[in-house]
Amino acid sequence: MSLATEGADLSGPATAGPSRARLEPSIAGVEDYIELMKPRVMSLVVFTAFVGLLIAPVHVHPVIGFASLLCIAIGAGASGALNMWYDADVDAVMKRTHDRPVPKGRILPGEALAFGMTLAVGSVVVLGLVANWAAASLLAFTIFFYVVVYTIWLKRWTPQNIVIGGAAGAFPPMIGWAAATGGIGAESLLLFLIIFFWTPPHFWALALYRTDDYARARIPMLPVVSGRAETQRQIMLYSLLLVPVGAAPWLLGYAGVLFGGTALAAGFLFVVLAWRVMRPSDLKSGERAAMRLFAFSILYLFLLFAVLLIDSRLSAHFGIGYAG
Amino acid sequence: MDEQMHENGVVLTKEQLRRRRARSIAIALSLGALVVLFYVITIVKIGPNVLTRPM
Repeated sequence: MSLATEGADLSGPATAGPSRARLEPSIAGVEDYIELMKPRVMSLVVFTAFVGLLIAPVHVHPVIGFASLLCIAIGAGASGALNMWYDADVDAVMKRTHDRPVPKGRILPGEALAFGMTLAVGSVVVLGLVANWAAASLLAFTIFFYVVVYTIWLKRWTPQNIVIGGAAGAFPPMIGWAAATGGIGAESLLLFLIIFFWTPPHFWALALYRTDDYARARIPMLPVVSGRAETQRQIMLYSLLLVPVGAAPWLLGYAGVLFGGTALAAGFLFVVLAWRVMRPSDLKSGERAAMRLFAFSILYLFLLFAVLLIDSRLSAHFGIGYAG
Repeated sequence: MDEQMHENGVVLTKEQLRRRRARSIAIALSLGALVVLFYVITIVKIGPNVLTRPM
């Protein structure tokens, strides 16, 4: 028995699907299948993988690069579909997710599972054939980690779910790098670490805003289990860690001062916003501060990776920017 | 549900027909795009050697 199903009222939308399975034709639209792939998450995955692919010290033919990114995007979509298949009971009782296609019954759980598995196998095999099997193995492991380790195991079991599970979201730049080089480099490990340390404050800021939602779904997110004060403290701790980790590519000589300056400035702003989350005057202002941090965290990641890409292009074309 | 049943089986509503058509078109477009992509990848990876085969 999972935490999420205990006590959760599933008599509504979540059970609408199976009855349709036997009697009615599918009512799923194309947009439902697109939603199943979590396109917003996919955009971040594609962008970070794109940066990993382009900063690698190996030239990749544009067609091979495009096909590799497409495979990584489809792999991310597969993860999203399999996550929605397994989490339909949780999604049904959360405000943020109750409109998703599976809990609403527009797509049956079996259809989501088949769709996700097809995309997962297809994306891994094609990436192996198009790029190399190191990148394909990493993509397969990422899908496994997100679906089995995070969704099925950690999410309903421990408040550390998104700390460990965050690794799944941190792999894409490594996959992009591996698609270009066929291996794992120190630079790609740094990109992994940036996303890994970025994930906890990003998700805990959202969880502070959605504490009731997670509590209703019986998901042991940190604010539900340990309270707001401990979550705010942990957000600050990870935000402080993120500053040196974010600037690490520059500190270790893999990126230039443009990146270093941006990473330090953005990291400083991250800490300031985390401080505001930690010191709210009341609950409402605390929630506003949490949402501001959540929104900024997305911008932070896009900014760091975008500047890293620009920095590496400048270095490649003009031989400037590198500290080492 | 009952109103959908017909003596010849299930009769789809206009909305169900529209959505099935949309799904079919999406699948066709995806398959077409994959055919083109695989063709281009083959040319890029193998190039003129595609004609060089051990007899």
